[in-house]
Amino acid sequence: MSEKAIKERMSGNEAVAYAIRQVEPDVMPAFPITPSTEIPQMVSTYIANGQMDTDFIPVESEHSAMSAAIGSEAAGARTMTATSSAGLALMWEELLLAASNRLPIVLTLVNRTLSGPININCDHSDGMGARDTGWIQIYAEDNQEAYDNYIQAFPIAEDSRVHLPVMVCMDGFITSHAVMNISLLEDAAVKKFAGEYHPEEFMLDAEHPVSVGPYAISHYEMEAKRAQEAAMERAKEVILEVGKRYGEMSGRSYGLFEKYRTEDAEFIMLIMGSAAGTAKQAVDELRESGVKAGVLKLRVFRPFPEKEIAEAVKNCRALAIMDRCESYNGNSGPLGSEVTAGLYRNRVFIHAVNYIYGLGGRDFTTEDVKQVFEELKETADGRLAEQQHKYIGLRE
Amino acid sequence: MKNTLEIRWHGRGGQGAKTAALLLADAAFKTGSYVQGFPEYGPERMGAPITAYNRISTEPIRVHSDIYYPDCVAVVDETLLHSVRVTDGLKENGVLLVNTRKSAEEIRPLLGGWKGKVVVIDARKISEETLGKNFPNTPMLAAVTAVTGVMTRDAFFDSMKDSFQHKFARKPEVIEGNMKALEMAYDTVAGPARRMAAGE
Repeated sequence: MSEKAIKERMSGNEAVAYAIRQVEPDVMPAFPITPSTEIPQMVSTYIANGQMDTDFIPVESEHSAMSAAIGSEAAGARTMTATSSAGLALMWEELLLAASNRLPIVLTLVNRTLSGPININCDHSDGMGARDTGWIQIYAEDNQEAYDNYIQAFPIAEDSRVHLPVMVCMDGFITSHAVMNISLLEDAAVKKFAGEYHPEEFMLDAEHPVSVGPYAISHYEMEAKRAQEAAMERAKEVILEVGKRYGEMSGRSYGLFEKYRTEDAEFIMLIMGSAAGTAKQAVDELRESGVKAGVLKLRVFRPFPEKEIAEAVKNCRALAIMDRCESYNGNSGPLGSEVTAGLYRNRVFIHAVNYIYGLGGRDFTTEDVKQVFEELKETADGRLAEQQHKYIGLRE
Repeated sequence: MKNTLEIRWHGRGGQGAKTAALLLADAAFKTGSYVQGFPEYGPERMGAPITAYNRISTEPIRVHSDIYYPDCVAVVDETLLHSVRVTDGLKENGVLLVNTRKSAEEIRPLLGGWKGKVVVIDARKISEETLGKNFPNTPMLAAVTAVTGVMTRDAFFDSMKDSFQHKFARKPEVIEGNMKALEMAYDTVAGPARRMAAGE
């Protein structure tokens, strides 16, 4: 039976801060950086007003924020933080430690480009830069999904089959600073869903002391890393279980991705984050004029659902893979590389065009979406030479 | 998008155009609409041109891009007419609302040939009379509501009273002045707006 919904309007940052108050983790170390600054600011206000009982640790840098998060989580406390862009880059060394020490920290990443040129607006280069750090990554389309994903992050991270940190991502400004309608849950329902954190092993358990972050000689290192990879593989089923259970509670279930009008689609756009909403609107308009278009909105980027994506797009004529990030590898963005590798490994041989869009907050419109679908059709019809790495919305 | 009213705000950093857009989203939400209110962030600083947007709809809103073909453009600072093409993409049957002491006829030569409706309001004067300071966004908010007819007068004032009671919980003495600013602005433009709707 679904829990009672509270109709509200909030920005993405407000929604996540609200979810943090409801989950009420034990510890939050944080350092402010645009556009995620409002999250620690609002949480601090909740704490100052006596509306939640979380220990807020103001630190002197993001490196320290993640270090403090590691210490606190290793001690057995449920811990979260928030950051963006260069803040995440400064955490990089510590991100790897959090994951390899199997600490289920939750980090809200408000996506913002990495310098340079310096810019405060959205793209996914910060999250993509951390794609091989061993963190689970879940991306949100809007404030509602940012809220829902946040609440699901703890049961995913802390599951004994997983024990990995989770990055909950939303688009900077576009989602973090836009006020939209949202459906919230009652505090008690959120607390019940997130549950209490009872780590199996933690440093401050005097009866069963463990050491965290020890040196491993070559005889052990490789096995530790393989175990970490196995946990990431198991995370997929846990994410699906939690997404289903969340649906039973809230009426909104979640999978690894959302298929929007893809069943009979000749052309599909694979896209993450807020731009997926714009793409869905454009697809509805294209459908009215007879174009069989669809959207595959990727929600879970780590673990990467390679097989599932290949299965979902195998019957279309052409696929656009949309990257809000450049890899500078000379041939594709991160999604472009991973999706096409997945298609090949699953023997799905369709036209696949990788587009780079929306860097540094470049606006992405329904007209851009329609242009991509037009080019996909021309490519599939053989009227446009196949080009696998393109830009959309670039001023020439 | 069908059944969606799109509004673009032009102001200068510090004048409250973003706040006005968020307050409008708030008021429309309370009357049961689906809303978006969001700023476009550049290198923000006091006095720099800024843009903010509203979408107000009877259906859930999924588009997350800026607004290029607005139904209404609100110019909070008339000096922007010299440097920003405020009527870009404004629909032919849309409304341009300008905070100015001048008349619509005096403003029109600055609009690059745009032929649509122009409504003027002296938001500065209203603000100074009611609040004792120049906060043009409050009268502009009421003026936008009046010219677009996005909600009824009563619904708007009920909602704003509620918002001000929260926003100014620690200085309730300013609530009355703000409500007065809204009323003066709304009633100043509601007349011309009604005549426009009637095709006069």
